[in-house]
Amino acid sequence: MTMRKLFTLDEIKKSLLVALWFMVLTFPILAVRVNPIYKVVEWRWHNLLMVGIGAFLLSFPWRYFQGHGKPPEKSAAAENQALKNSKILLWRRHPWVRLCAVVLATGLVLSFPFLFSSYQVNIMTTALIYVVLGLGLNIVVGLAGLLDLGYVAFYAVGAYSYALLHLHFGLSFWLCLPIGAGLAALFGILLGFPVLRLRGDYLAIVTLGFGEIIRLVLENWNEFSQGPSGISNIPRPGLPGIEMSLNASSIFLYFLMIALTLFTILVVSRLRDSRIGRAWLALREDEIACQAMGIDKTRTKLTAFALGATWAGMGGVMFAAKTTFINPASFTFLESAIILSIVVLGGMGSMLGVILSAFILILVPEYLRAFSEYRMLIFGAVLVIMMVFRPQGLISNVRHRYRFEGLKTPPEELG
Amino acid sequence: MDYFLELFLGGLTRGSIYALIALGYTMVYGIIELINFAHGEIYMIGAFTALIAASVLAIMGFGPVPILFLAMLLAILYSCAYGYTLEKIAYKPLRHSNRLAPLISAIGMSIFFQNYVLLAQTSDFLPFPSLLPEVPFLEPYAYIIRSSEIFIILTTLVVMVLLSLLIRFTRIGKAMRATAQDRTMAMLLGVDVNRVISVTFVIGSAMAAIGGVLIASHIGQINFYIGFIAGIKAFTAAVLGGIGSIPGAVLGSLVLGWTESFATGYISSDYEDVFAFGFLVLILIFRPAGLLGKTAAQKV
Repeated sequence: MTMRKLFTLDEIKKSLLVALWFMVLTFPILAVRVNPIYKVVEWRWHNLLMVGIGAFLLSFPWRYFQGHGKPPEKSAAAENQALKNSKILLWRRHPWVRLCAVVLATGLVLSFPFLFSSYQVNIMTTALIYVVLGLGLNIVVGLAGLLDLGYVAFYAVGAYSYALLHLHFGLSFWLCLPIGAGLAALFGILLGFPVLRLRGDYLAIVTLGFGEIIRLVLENWNEFSQGPSGISNIPRPGLPGIEMSLNASSIFLYFLMIALTLFTILVVSRLRDSRIGRAWLALREDEIACQAMGIDKTRTKLTAFALGATWAGMGGVMFAAKTTFINPASFTFLESAIILSIVVLGGMGSMLGVILSAFILILVPEYLRAFSEYRMLIFGAVLVIMMVFRPQGLISNVRHRYRFEGLKTPPEELG
Repeated sequence: MDYFLELFLGGLTRGSIYALIALGYTMVYGIIELINFAHGEIYMIGAFTALIAASVLAIMGFGPVPILFLAMLLAILYSCAYGYTLEKIAYKPLRHSNRLAPLISAIGMSIFFQNYVLLAQTSDFLPFPSLLPEVPFLEPYAYIIRSSEIFIILTTLVVMVLLSLLIRFTRIGKAMRATAQDRTMAMLLGVDVNRVISVTFVIGSAMAAIGGVLIASHIGQINFYIGFIAGIKAFTAAVLGGIGSIPGAVLGSLVLGWTESFATGYISSDYEDVFAFGFLVLILIFRPAGLLGKTAAQKV
C-alpha cells in the first residue's frame, strides 16, 4: 500500500468503522462507572470520544505498516550478500570505530556515577541487574530453546539466600554471592529433572508453576522466610575496613554491577561458542537430530537450566544488597514476564539485542514515572506492537558463519 | 461424611468454573498451538461487564430475573467482541512468525487488559450482586451445598453438552476439527481457516464470560486481577488433562478442582496453589502429555 492509497474514501470509511467498533467495545468499561454501594452511575462520554478519535487515527499507520512489516523473502545467497555488504556490519568491524566505541563506552560507564545523581545511579544499577537476568535467561530460552516462565524463582532463591544467610549466620555479601549462585543452580537442576521429558508448552506451564510454588512457599512459611512482611536490614556490600556513606555505597554497588555484567557477557559469550553452547543451539533447532549426533540431551538441558539459573541467583543477591529489603511481592510472574520480554524483544539468542532491550524496557518505564499510572498499560501495548511489527526482535540473531577466504583472513565470526 | 460431601461438591463447583475457562485455552491451542495468556482477562472483562450492566439495570428498576439474563447476555456479547478483537490485533499478524512471538504478544495483551480495567474502573474489590436465584428446598442443606453451586454445576453441564453437540454435528464444528487436525490440509479442502480461528476465539470467550459471571456471583466480589489467577489455574487444568483435548480439559479441571478442595479442606488452606501446581508436576512426570493427551509421534 502506498502513501497515496492510504487516504482514499474507502480507507477512511474502514478507519471510521474501526473507530466505531472500538467505541462500542470500550463502552461499558470506559464510559460507565458504577458505585455499587451508593447506587450512582457516572457517565464519562469524553473517554469514548477519545477512544474513537484515537482508534481512527491509529488505524492508518497500523494498516500502512502491516503491509510493510514483513521483510520480503530472500534467498540464502542474497541474504549472505546483503550481510556482507551491510553498512552496519562493515562499520562495526572497522577497527577505528571499534576503538572509539570502546573508549566512549568506558568513559561513559566510569564517569556516570559522578555526573548524575545517586537516584540515576540506582536506576542504572537496576537496569544492569536486568541485563544480567536477561543474559541468563537468554541461555535457557534463546540458546537452548527451553521456554521458561518461572525464571524469577531463581532470582528469588538468590535474594533469599543472601538475606537468610546473613540473618541467621551473619555471612557477608562476598561469601553469599557464590553461595546464592550455587543454590540457584541447584534449584535449576531440581527443576530440570522432572521437566526433562516435557515438550515446549508443557514445559512453560511447569516452570510457571515452579515459580509460583517458590513464591507461595516464601509467602506462607513464616518461620522460614518471615512471610509477606519480608526481610529488612540487609547490609549493602562493602570492603573490609572501609566505612561507606549511603551515596558511596550505591556508587560502589554500581561498579560492582558493571563488573558482574562484564563478567556475565564474557562468560556467556564464551559459553555460547563452546562445545556445550553449540549443543544448546543444536538442541533448540532439532532435538531428534541433536540426539542422533550423539549429544547427551539430559546433560545439555540440565546445564542450560543450571547455568541460566546461576545468573539469576547472582542477580538476586545483588538485588537484595541493593534494596536492603526483600519480600515475596518482588518475585511475581510479572517479573518473569518482563525478563522473558527482554529476551524476546532483544532478539532471541542475540546478546547485544538482549542488553539493549533490557535498558529500554527498564529505563523507559523508570523515566515514564510522570505517567506512572499508565506505565504498565503502555508496557503491555509496546510488547504487542513490537511483536506485531518486529517479531524477530530488535537485533535479530545472526547465525555464525564460518568462511574460508584464503589463508590470510582467519575464519570470521559475525554477530 | 458431610464434610467430605461439602468438599466434594465445592471441588466440583470449582472444577466446573475451571472447565469453562480451560475449554477456551484448549480449543485455541488445538487449532493454532498458542497459549492464549490473555484468556483469563476475557473472563475478567466478562465479569466486569456483567457487574456494570447489572448495576445500571438495577438502578433503572429491573427485576432480578431480567437482570440476570440481560447481564449474562451482555457479558457474553462483550467477551466475544473482546476475544475476536484480541485475535485480530495480537495474534493474526503473528501467525507465521516464530513460536515465542505470539506468546509475548499474549502476555502483553494480558498486562494491557488488566491495566485498562484498573485505570478505567478501580483497583479495589467491587461487590458483585448475587444474581443466581436461591432454591428454597435446599435451605436445610446449605452447609453442604449452596444453591448457587448447584446452579453453576448445572449451567456448566448444559454448556458442555451444547459445545460437544456443536463440535460434533455442525458445519463449523466439523471445520474446527479439520483445522485442528491439519491446518494446511483443511485450507486446501476449502475450509476458511481465518473464520474457524475467529469462531474458536468467540466460543472460548463466551464460555469464559459465563464462567466469569457465575463465579463472581457466587463469590460476591471482583477486581481487575481475578482473570490472571483464574487463567493460570484453568491453563494448568488444560495441561493436566492434555492440552488440545476437549474431554481432557474437562477432566483436568475437575481433577484440579477436587485436588484443591480436598487439599485445602484436609491439609492446609495456605498452600492451595502449591498443591495445584505440585499435582500438575507429579502428573506430568508420569504422563508427559497430560491425562488424556496423545503423545504425538515425531516425524523425522
